[in-house]
This record gives sequence, structure tokens and C-alpha cells, in this order.
Amino acid sequence: MESLTHTIQAVPLNHYIFLSAIIFSIGVMGVLLRRNAIIIFMSVELMLNSVNLLLTAFSVYRGDAAGQVFVFFIMALAAAEVAVGLAIIVMIYRNTNSIDINVLNRLKW
Amino acid sequence: MSTFYFIAFLSIFFSILVISAKNPVHSILYLVLTFFTFTIHYILLNAQFLAVVNFIVYMGAILVLFLYTLMLINLNKEAEPVKPFMVKISAVFGGGILAVALVSSLKSLGVSDPVVLKDPNLGLVKNLGKVLFNQFLLPFEISSVLLLSAMVGAVLLATKEKETKATI
Repeated sequence: MESLTHTIQAVPLNHYIFLSAIIFSIGVMGVLLRRNAIIIFMSVELMLNSVNLLLTAFSVYRGDAAGQVFVFFIMALAAAEVAVGLAIIVMIYRNTNSIDINVLNRLKW
Repeated sequence: MSTFYFIAFLSIFFSILVISAKNPVHSILYLVLTFFTFTIHYILLNAQFLAVVNFIVYMGAILVLFLYTLMLINLNKEAEPVKPFMVKISAVFGGGILAVALVSSLKSLGVSDPVVLKDPNLGLVKNLGKVLFNQFLLPFEISSVLLLSAMVGAVLLATKEKETKATI
């Protein structure tokens, strides 16, 4: 484990921010591109995970354990969010026989 | 150092495959691989607790939930309807603009300090447990209530309403 952690010694903090920004943008693109509600949900998970990685990188950079505790809370929140969201998707499928989000545009008003 | 760049490349590659795969099952499997690369990132940062939690909660629980829901909803009969070409182009353009804006605004900061692990047992369970149960005890207890309410809500939403229809 010691030799593994020595491999990141020279990575600048900016590169972690770039990686997280790119993966966050890929998640945004997934939300905009797809019409399948489950894949939109997965893109939201991707965005959450990129933020988790950034929080961990900053936590290690500052030497502060509070960032990693916050990531732990985000993971608990994501689990709750996924459970409720997938239940809603199952309910929508039962009512409309499809999980295409364009079917849901009657929810506008 | 090159390990980080290789794993970062794999993360971006698999996350692009997640949003571009035609079959939703393949998409979920690519998401598993993406989360595995995130676990490797956590190990490289010596956040061992988060690596294990990411492995168990995300790859074990959440993605199995996704997979079960997808198999409950039988999507095999018809393919996903595709969006118009202009909408796709504008979606990629919008996401790309966001990425370029974030990266270029950070580029102007110049070269930052390297991430150095000052305290080698920062991300270990012993250290994190002390912080979690002293400083963050109340949020921890509230999150258990949140999980309970999410569980009750999910069960309530996903059950069929036969009894209520019978009473009406």
C-alpha cells in the first residue's frame, strides 16, 4: 500500500480537478442525450461520483478528514436517492408501459 | 504518476461508453467498470475506507439495483427511440462547452501544488471513525433516519395499489 500511494506524489491538484470536470460534463451530456430514464439516472450517478473523487482529492491535499466523511454522507444520500428514484421509474413504467422521458411531458403543468 | 493518468484515461473512456452504448445492460456494465476505476483512484489517494465503501455500496448495491430494475422493466422488445440529430448535436455541444469553460477557467490558475499525502493514516477506518463519531455524530444519526424513510418511500411507491382500488 505504501508503494501505491507513492505513485501519486507528483500529480498536481489541477489534474484531479480536470478529470472531475470532464467526467461531470460527460454526465451532463448523458442527461441531455438519452431518453431512457434509467440511463439518465446513471448519468446523475456519474456526476455524483466525479464530485466524490474531487472531495477526496481535496481532503488528501488539505490533510483534513472531514472531506472524506462528507463523501461517506454523499454515498448514503445517493443510495437513498437511487432507491426512491428507481421505485418512481417502476411506477411510471406500470402506468405508461414505457420509460421514455418524452412520455412524461404531460407533467409540465 | 503515470498510473494516475492511465486510470484517469480509463475512467473517461468508460464513462463515454456509458452514455453512448445502445443496449442499457451494456451501459450498466460499463458503469460498473467506471466505478471500479474510481475505486482505484481512492486507493491511490490512500482513502482505503472510501475505496471499500465505493466497492460495496456503488458496485455491489446500487448497480445491482439498477440491473434488477432494468430486467424488471422488459426493454428487449423495442429499441430506445432516438432523439433528432440536431438535439443530439446541441446536447454534445452544450456538455462540451461546460467542460471547456471549467477546464479553461482552471487553466488560468497555472500549475498547482502536487497532491502530497501528509498524514499516511488519514483515510483509514480508525481515523475516519474518530471524526465521524465525534464531530459528525448528529448528521450520522440523521442519515440513518433518511435511509429508513427512503426505504419506506420506495416500498410504498413500488407496490401495486390493489387495496385502495378495492375500497373505492
